[in-house]
Amino acid sequence: MAIQLDSKIPEGQIGEKWSKHKGEIPLVSPANKRLIDVIVVGTGLAGSSAAASLAEMGYNVKAFCFQDSPRRAHSIAAQGGINAAKNYQNDGDSVHRLFYDTVKGGDYRAREANVHRLAEVSTNIIDQCVAQGVPFARDYGGLLDNRSFGGVQVSRTFYAKGQTGQQLLLGAYSALNRQVAKGKVEMFARHEMMEMVIVDGKARGIIARDLTTGKLERHSAHAVLLCTGGYGNVFFLSTNAMGSNVTAAWKAHRKGAAMANPCYTQIHPTCIPVSGDHQSKLTLMSESLRNDGRIWVPKKKEDAEAIREGRKHPNDLAADERDYYLERRYPAFGNLVPRDVASRAAKERCDAGFGVNKTGEAVYLDFASAIERYGKEQAHIKGIHNPSDAEVIKLGEEVVEGKYGNLFQMYEKITAANPYKEPMMIYPAVHYTMGGLWVDYNLMTSVPGCFALGEANFSDHGANRLGASALMQGLADGYFVAPYTVGEFLSSDIRTGKIPTDSPEFEAAEKEVQSQLDRFINNKGTKSVDYFHRKLGLIMWNKCGMARSEAGLKEAISEIRVLREEFYKEVKVPGTANGTNQELEKAGRVADFLELGELMCVDALDRNESCGGHFREEFQSEEGEALRDDANYAYVSAWEYTGDPSTSKLHKEELKFENVELKTRSYK
Amino acid sequence: MKLTLKIWRQNGPNDKGRIETYPANNVSEDMSFLEMLDVLNEELIGKDIEPVVFDHDCREGICGMCSLFINGEAHGPGRGVTTCQLHMREFKDGDTVYIEPFRSKAFPVLKDLMVDRSAFDRVQQAGGYVSVNTSGNTIDANAIPVPKEDADNAFDAATCIGCGACVATCKNSSAMLFVSAKVSQFSLLPQGKPEARERVLNMVHQMDLEGFGNCTNTGACEVECPKGISLENIARMNRDFLSASLTSAK
Repeated sequence: MAIQLDSKIPEGQIGEKWSKHKGEIPLVSPANKRLIDVIVVGTGLAGSSAAASLAEMGYNVKAFCFQDSPRRAHSIAAQGGINAAKNYQNDGDSVHRLFYDTVKGGDYRAREANVHRLAEVSTNIIDQCVAQGVPFARDYGGLLDNRSFGGVQVSRTFYAKGQTGQQLLLGAYSALNRQVAKGKVEMFARHEMMEMVIVDGKARGIIARDLTTGKLERHSAHAVLLCTGGYGNVFFLSTNAMGSNVTAAWKAHRKGAAMANPCYTQIHPTCIPVSGDHQSKLTLMSESLRNDGRIWVPKKKEDAEAIREGRKHPNDLAADERDYYLERRYPAFGNLVPRDVASRAAKERCDAGFGVNKTGEAVYLDFASAIERYGKEQAHIKGIHNPSDAEVIKLGEEVVEGKYGNLFQMYEKITAANPYKEPMMIYPAVHYTMGGLWVDYNLMTSVPGCFALGEANFSDHGANRLGASALMQGLADGYFVAPYTVGEFLSSDIRTGKIPTDSPEFEAAEKEVQSQLDRFINNKGTKSVDYFHRKLGLIMWNKCGMARSEAGLKEAISEIRVLREEFYKEVKVPGTANGTNQELEKAGRVADFLELGELMCVDALDRNESCGGHFREEFQSEEGEALRDDANYAYVSAWEYTGDPSTSKLHKEELKFENVELKTRSYK
Repeated sequence: MKLTLKIWRQNGPNDKGRIETYPANNVSEDMSFLEMLDVLNEELIGKDIEPVVFDHDCREGICGMCSLFINGEAHGPGRGVTTCQLHMREFKDGDTVYIEPFRSKAFPVLKDLMVDRSAFDRVQQAGGYVSVNTSGNTIDANAIPVPKEDADNAFDAATCIGCGACVATCKNSSAMLFVSAKVSQFSLLPQGKPEARERVLNMVHQMDLEGFGNCTNTGACEVECPKGISLENIARMNRDFLSASLTSAK
């Protein structure tokens, strides 16, 4: 079955497409909705909100998550906030401005119609969440507060201190619980989707494994929604949760769902660096810190070496012995350059031998200047003339604590260093994946009946996501887009009746899963799953990470192929498949990462340009800036699975920009 | 540093369970507690011993999935941290560390250190929501101003991550801190008020059905709560419950 890409973008003016389309989607009557089953995999913002909304509309929903409760999905960890074009601050924000910022921030590699719809429904999200009891930050007048984020020129970010993700997810989880209580959603926690089942060319169910009993289960439905998040854990180390994985999306890919732009990865510049070989994950420090922190490394290599060996302390270096490399390279934006630029610059310095921690992969984020500046300001406000240095520092530290106290505390817990007294150490880390399953305007993948929502799809962020936009997209897809757009597919299913699970298709799918489980359990290898995952992560990080080159990518592809072969020969999974077996769970996920990683490299190799999170060393200006090639690469790469990632077939969806002019991003 | 680990091993819900002793000889103080267990598990796999099963996911103190009763304390020594945020620098070379699951009748052990906390989900299904459809056609978010103090108190209650440390810590296995936090978040906000009476009655009823014990005001839960949820929530819930019991039509 060859894939035919039809983005199904509605006709008409950009601002009218969604309302017109929504009005024309065939309706399914309430009586008929009761005859239709929908499976939702994943219970983060997209999954919980979609499951709740579909159940409210009358569909019978089965929802699945591998965690012990739907409330633990990784959306919970989002810190900063959620964007919406409310213009409560009266600073000139509008749906158009949010649309424009998102298309531009994505380095002109997103689909205009989808992004505009996202901007349109953004305001409903805030209304909805407040009605559900989400405790957003408020000002003294009792109205909602906003902050600015990620370099845009307006304050459109709604937040709940540093845990906006948890509060939004608890809101969606409460809506989900309401439907569970009504019996409209059947919840399957500690269940993992192992395979998708296709019947007559349509996604009609899944094989799930009960992670407690180890039993395989067949679940049928008229449509399957994958809300399974991103695949950043292909790098082993990332800010993702330990369990975040690509398996559900990859199984769909293997059954015909095209994977779009898999190479677009967001590497966040401010994370706590790796402390040793035992490291299991990385922790993000909010981007907001770059408003006041100055990033530097020592000017002289000897100083960097001395610091690494503990013979010198960063506070020993005078201002002229420090290289504030972002301020040096990007005088106009300084420390506030976008995420991709800041990350690459840190890597460049560390690769050149200026890294400042034991592993040589860390730079300083220094608040001493901000503390001094705020301290002097406070002294002036308080009428203290000729304050002593100690007074200035004390006053300044109070201001910094008020702004970033919780982040400083988190840093101190992890590193045991006091960031008020010495600079923080930070390093870039994998954070978000803009690529994902290709979807049309209805969020349906190239497999009829299989939909992808939230980070699992590719559609809205282009080659680079702006801060506070991921939460917006997850909830937009789940509350306000998919519940309507699934109607176009499901309206033809009102006479279909229950999908039987004793068909040859379910039989074959279950058998396939069982044989993979048996293979892992019976494999008498010598190396743990993590051994392979770490190795894969290192290949990806070094050759398909912040900077990529043709030679490096080709090496990576052959190294991954060798590693994959070794994995199947040498992996060791103790215990049995009957009951809880966390190593077995990991083995299945890593097997899929080993294929995805190769496809990411294939995609990066195809894209002979630099854009957003994808930086090809061959395509940069003399000053080392990204060179986009709109004439040849303004397309979405949608890859069709052929049995081997390296021979995947490329389909191109040409991107048309009718409402935004294509420009070069410059931060000099 | 070198540690002696005494870890609870239990093959399944019906197994009796026992403490096993494992040496940990290569512990770096920069490791998180869970990374220390990762290293132990790698060693066990190498020796053909089944690795220790424990729940964990985000590893940054927000998902609430990690648990563990370490040296007699939920989430181990240190205040305001979950087990995943606990670092090995809190321990000394030569220490013996006891690692057990969160114990409560309402949290049956599934395997080793993994317990079933689905009782918490059922308590919330009993009323932990505002009955509003997700149509998006609600009133404008700023139509009802919420006094900042109420909003802040609701937020403080809402920071509960549902880990169950309160239950594991309580000598009565009471879930009052958890339930009261969930009840308070909604009862403090105007959006949650219309259903407040039914909500508190239903959630408390479900809490009792799940087999959680009663509260005797020892306050241990507040001390061990990684998110600092205040006992005031319990007082608020008791007040709401009493008033609802007297005035509800039920």
